[in-house]
Amino acid sequence: MRLAAASLSLAAALSIVAVGVSAQGLGDAAAGEKVFDECKACHQVGPGARNRIGPHLNGLFGRKAAGLEGFHYSDSLRRAGTNGLEWHADTLHAYIENPRAFASGTRMSYRGLKDPEERADLLAYLRGYSDAPIDIPEADPTATATDHDLDPAILAIVGDPEYGEYLSGECTTCHQADGNVDGIPSITYWPEEDFVVAMHAYKNKQRSHPVMQMIAGRLNDEEIAALAAYFKDIGN
Amino acid sequence: MALDRRTFLGTSAALTAALAAPMVRAQATPRVVVVGGGAGGATAARYIAKDSEGAIDVTLVEPTRTYYTCFFSNLYLGGFKEIEDIGHTYGGLAANGVNVVHDWAIGVDRDARTVSLAGGASLPYDKLILSPGIDFVDGAVPGWDISAQNAMPHAYKAGSQSELLKAQLMAMPQGGTYAMVAPPNPFRCPPGPYERVSMVAHYLKANNPTAKILIADPKEKFSKQGLFEEGWANHYGGMVERVGPDFGADNVEVDPTAMTLSIDGVVENVDVCNVIPAMKAGRIAELAGVTDGRWAPVNAADMSTKADPDVYVLGDAAQQGDMPKSGFSANSQAKVCANAVRGALTGSRVFPAKFANTCWSLIETNDGVKVGATYEATEEKIAKVDGFISATGESAEVRKATYEESEGWYAGIVADMFGASA
Ligand SMILES: Cc1cc2nc3c(=O)[nH]c(=O)nc-3n(C[C@H](O)[C@H](O)[C@H](O)COP(=O)(O)OP(=O)(O)OC[C@H]3O[C@@H](n4cnc5c(N)ncnc54)[C@H](O)[C@@H]3O)c2cc1C
Ligand code: HEC
Ligand code: HEC
Repeated sequence: MRLAAASLSLAAALSIVAVGVSAQGLGDAAAGEKVFDECKACHQVGPGARNRIGPHLNGLFGRKAAGLEGFHYSDSLRRAGTNGLEWHADTLHAYIENPRAFASGTRMSYRGLKDPEERADLLAYLRGYSDAPIDIPEADPTATATDHDLDPAILAIVGDPEYGEYLSGECTTCHQADGNVDGIPSITYWPEEDFVVAMHAYKNKQRSHPVMQMIAGRLNDEEIAALAAYFKDIGN
Repeated sequence: MALDRRTFLGTSAALTAALAAPMVRAQATPRVVVVGGGAGGATAARYIAKDSEGAIDVTLVEPTRTYYTCFFSNLYLGGFKEIEDIGHTYGGLAANGVNVVHDWAIGVDRDARTVSLAGGASLPYDKLILSPGIDFVDGAVPGWDISAQNAMPHAYKAGSQSELLKAQLMAMPQGGTYAMVAPPNPFRCPPGPYERVSMVAHYLKANNPTAKILIADPKEKFSKQGLFEEGWANHYGGMVERVGPDFGADNVEVDPTAMTLSIDGVVENVDVCNVIPAMKAGRIAELAGVTDGRWAPVNAADMSTKADPDVYVLGDAAQQGDMPKSGFSANSQAKVCANAVRGALTGSRVFPAKFANTCWSLIETNDGVKVGATYEATEEKIAKVDGFISATGESAEVRKATYEESEGWYAGIVADMFGASA
């Protein structure tokens, strides 16, 4: 299942900052090899690459997220894979820029690579270690190198926790207020920023879960901020 | 907070004492009475008590000490749950400050603003919330009335009826027939009868593989039809037969003594006959004089009835617009109502109404599907905003994840209704 719909609306809905990357998604592989230094502490790529702290990155393009047998992924990334997330230029751009937008509980503790040109170079490099790179489109048709980060103005909104408490009634039908997990993840005691980023990722359809897309889809920026303010420190 | 809580528990102890000796209480604290401790009523009582922190006296009237959820009762039939898994008690509500009275409400005097109980007490209220669920329409299925529910169970209120239906299912002779008379719209849980058929088929496939399931359905279409029919064909090929109104299933009659079902005059001998008759609001809504026809029309913004601004109706009994009659809907409506009632009685902030629903159904082991929508309040009704439904042909992995999600939802809604300790 490709995330065609997701990438379409991703381009449409996120604040798009077109950047001057020539190949529209993929850059210069040689330059990318140097950028890969950022990842080497945890990832291997190339002949004989094995899983280390992070999974090996051979054959990454077209691979289902959290798709390697034998690597212990986070539940978060595994869920994203079940929901249909696959690695392509567009999704990789977004993940590498801000790993937590896709999967809040990802085990990849990496702050993100913010420079779009570096990301494009890095992806060109990694693409060389996927099967038949010739057949991999330089960039997915809908994907331009976009800025996947949320508008800082959205992150700066100060939420009204009392409104958040009221709105949380819609959430606690599924997400248990005491943080227990029985098949639906816990959303209590989250840092506000992670919460806001995750909710906007559903709203923008960057994350592909239909229930959460619907729920986040009708919350406005203030309401998301209010919920984040409430859930950051709810007790029992 | 700890101190608040102690004083609060003190008040509610006093309240219990006052109830035991029915007399007028000289008390300025506003009083809310909730009738029915199910998906709507338990949630409303808990939220009002929890959020008002003692500023409102909340009394819940519910006859049963253990509430068996209809949701997941089909999974009990299929053998995926034990009956204890779907039974919940009211201790968590009491801990949240709700005064729980185990009794039947038998009348409402809207002028005097009192609710009378079968046990003789009379409860005064400032705001009354009714969430009594459903009752069956007399004469809806010729040959059946409530006295026939032991021979031909409905199992559309969970508990002993669910256990009876399961016992009958297990006692079916090899190659026997399980018949279901499905209800006309509108009714509680639109996918419910069809999830039940799936669960019965799951049981029979393993234990009685030559048995048949016959559905007599007065409706042309039903909820998640494509998904169910795909699932039945994939998992239970040939076992399930559904007769629609085009073949006379809008003209059925049963004989609970002879154990026959007649569809458009053609009489069949059946081994189990699960009759789910047409439904109406729980009788107390009618007794309170807030129904119009079978249901109680309400205002979408706060769930107050059209008949009386101080009487609210939640859940299945309400006629509200586009939301299906489900536990999720009742729970969602209860939270909107709780916010409005609290605002009206104590001046706390009132926020705009938002509603949501999702209904999961299990078709076969790890084959879960879902349908859901969000809603808003308009002048006229609760109106649908946006929705989604599982697709046919989804991968086994997605269906398994959907089922796991429904387990998560069950734990979530039960905690939301009864408090975490339920
Ligand atoms: C087989 C089946 C499967 C279902 N599956 C799902 C599902 O998967 N998801 C979902 O969301 N919904 C499901 N439902 C629907 C759900 O159970 C109902 O929509 C929900 O319970 C409605 O809530 P309520 O508060 O209106 O009524 P109820 O939950 O029925 O509560 C009514 C309560 O009021 C009490 N009561 C009635 N009259 C009086 C009186 N006079 N005095 C005092 N107390 C009274 C009753 O004892 C009862 O406890 C299912 C239903 C069935 C039958
Ligand atoms: C501190 C260690 C660390 C660093 C640095 C790191 N990663 Fe990761 N990476 C991980 C871990 C751990 C996972 C598994 C994440 C999970 O399960 O949620 C992961 C997952 C991934 C995945 C998903 C793979 C899959 O199989 O689904 C990709 C793609 C990825 N990383 C790329 C990168 C790139 C490119 C960089 C450098 C820019 C990088 N990572 C830097 C630890 C790291
Ligand atoms: C109908 C059930 C349901 C409701 C109601 C619901 N959620 Fe969710 N939520 C889920 C499920 C299922 C997931 C896992 C989704 C996935 O796999 O991406 C989820 C995921 C999330 C996540 C990401 C968790 C993570 O670990 O990455 C956040 C944040 C979240 N929900 C917030 C909310 C908020 C806020 C509300 C209320 C406004 C809400 N949810 C209402 C079912 C629900």
